[in-house]
Amino acid sequence: MKKNNPIIAIVFWSLVSFLTLFPIYWLFVISVKPAVQLFSTPDVMLSDPYWGNYAKVWGDRLLRSYMVNSLVISTGNALLCTILGFFACYALSRFKMAGKESLFFWTITNRMAPPAVFLLPLFLLMTQVYAVGDFRLLDTRIGMILVYCTFNLPFAIWTLRPTLDGIPKELDEAAYVDGASSWKVITEIVFPLCRPGLAVTLILTWVFAWNEYLLAATLTNFNARTLTTGLSEYVTTTGTEWGIMATISVFTLIPALIVFGLVQKHIVAGLTFGAVKG
Amino acid sequence: MQSNRLGWILLAPTLVILFFFGVLPFIYVVYVSFHQWNPFAADPTMIFNGADNFRKIVFDTEFLNSVGVTVLFVLFAVISELVVGYILAQAFMKEFPGKAIFRTIHTLPLIMAPIIVGSVWKLMMTPSIGIIPHYLNEWFGITVNIGMSPVAAFTTIIVMDIWHWTPLVTLTLIAALVSLPPDPFKQAQIDGANKRQIFFHITVPMIAPAVVATVFIRLMDALRTVDEVWMLTGGGPGSATRFVGVHIFKEVFPKTNYGYGSTISVIVLYLTIVACWLLYVTMLAPRNKKE
Repeated sequence: MKKNNPIIAIVFWSLVSFLTLFPIYWLFVISVKPAVQLFSTPDVMLSDPYWGNYAKVWGDRLLRSYMVNSLVISTGNALLCTILGFFACYALSRFKMAGKESLFFWTITNRMAPPAVFLLPLFLLMTQVYAVGDFRLLDTRIGMILVYCTFNLPFAIWTLRPTLDGIPKELDEAAYVDGASSWKVITEIVFPLCRPGLAVTLILTWVFAWNEYLLAATLTNFNARTLTTGLSEYVTTTGTEWGIMATISVFTLIPALIVFGLVQKHIVAGLTFGAVKG
Repeated sequence: MQSNRLGWILLAPTLVILFFFGVLPFIYVVYVSFHQWNPFAADPTMIFNGADNFRKIVFDTEFLNSVGVTVLFVLFAVISELVVGYILAQAFMKEFPGKAIFRTIHTLPLIMAPIIVGSVWKLMMTPSIGIIPHYLNEWFGITVNIGMSPVAAFTTIIVMDIWHWTPLVTLTLIAALVSLPPDPFKQAQIDGANKRQIFFHITVPMIAPAVVATVFIRLMDALRTVDEVWMLTGGGPGSATRFVGVHIFKEVFPKTNYGYGSTISVIVLYLTIVACWLLYVTMLAPRNKKE
């Protein structure tokens, strides 16, 4: 590593950090201002914070249930996508199946679909086709968990593939020679070796599911509504409740922050689709 | 070697889920794209009109304009992100106190929900309450109104995108730079290559796969973006920020022109797949050459 003047680096990075943090800080400032103050001269410094918005949001039973829904849906979806993605990648990396590379590329095309138009078919399928008796998939947590697979499962597969390709096949073969069953090889030999890749996939899919808005806004109306959709409910025709909106944003941000902080160091590998061998 | 049957069994759940929630809706959209249909109109019957929608799209200036705006947006945003991301990644290659903290701060925007990013920038830019227009006006006498000026709105979206996604580029490039072998650089220095030659002939080709991967991810997501833009500008003023994702959204929701909206989606999806496939092949090319 080159020796550089640390002062310059620190000044440079402080500036970059200021630019990065300012919008987040501003979000917080708005969230602790009473509505009447919003339209006066914008004040950069925080003076006399007002916690009314937080009390209001926290006291709102509906928003609390949205938060629980968000947690259940993103956790369920992240687990499902990571596990299924792992199995799929094991198959893609170990077997000589016809057309598997095309299949691999096809999975990601599911993520490319412009979402607006797919809302209606999904809505129709979930109300009319995917229903048993009185049970319909629309507006259920399990329904949202499955719908989110359309963008998270391809992502999980593309993120995990390099990890699995990187584990030598000889390991599996040696275990087979020793008489281990396929299930045992997959769960007891390959799975533990993939742990870092799996952790990254789990976290990233969790964050994507947590942040999703458009699908949740259309495919849920009460029972499975998520926190991000709560945001838009405060943009009304009579005006926007900026303070509440900012407060919900802060509430949405915090869990993602905590989760992300846990794996910050390992996150890079997951974002490059294997173009970089770490 | 085990039989391929196990492979298919392992793949089956993935294929089933993607079939029911990806393929079936897609087939439906393709079917609808050959119809004239407004499900919320007084007469909600689907009228088959052959390839009329597809013929219409070629001459549809609104659609072509949205494609143009999107291409412009992707070009501006992705190139700026690559340049800024590269500079920051290089800056991270040196040791300095507090590096870990600065890196963590720099990654924060990545985890923010697009809809929240949209609202944050809306809070900062809305003329009556926003801090940025206020101080630009007070200090420099510049009036910025994203509700009125197309240039201001477009620029704001680009700046927002750079703010949101540069960290991804930086992280990817850091990973690429860290994994570079030192030998070619030393050799080039011994041979008397200057900095510029080293950059263009050694660094660039070696980090190219990472760059292509980043462009792949950004392109894929930029073409379907709705939340952020919808929240910030709603596609306006006029059609200044009506990217294809937003255009489809407008066609389907406020106008409820569902048949035609489906046609646009099919075309856009097709174009996205082609563009991404080309990038994917480029990304794999150096690896295949080695094998």
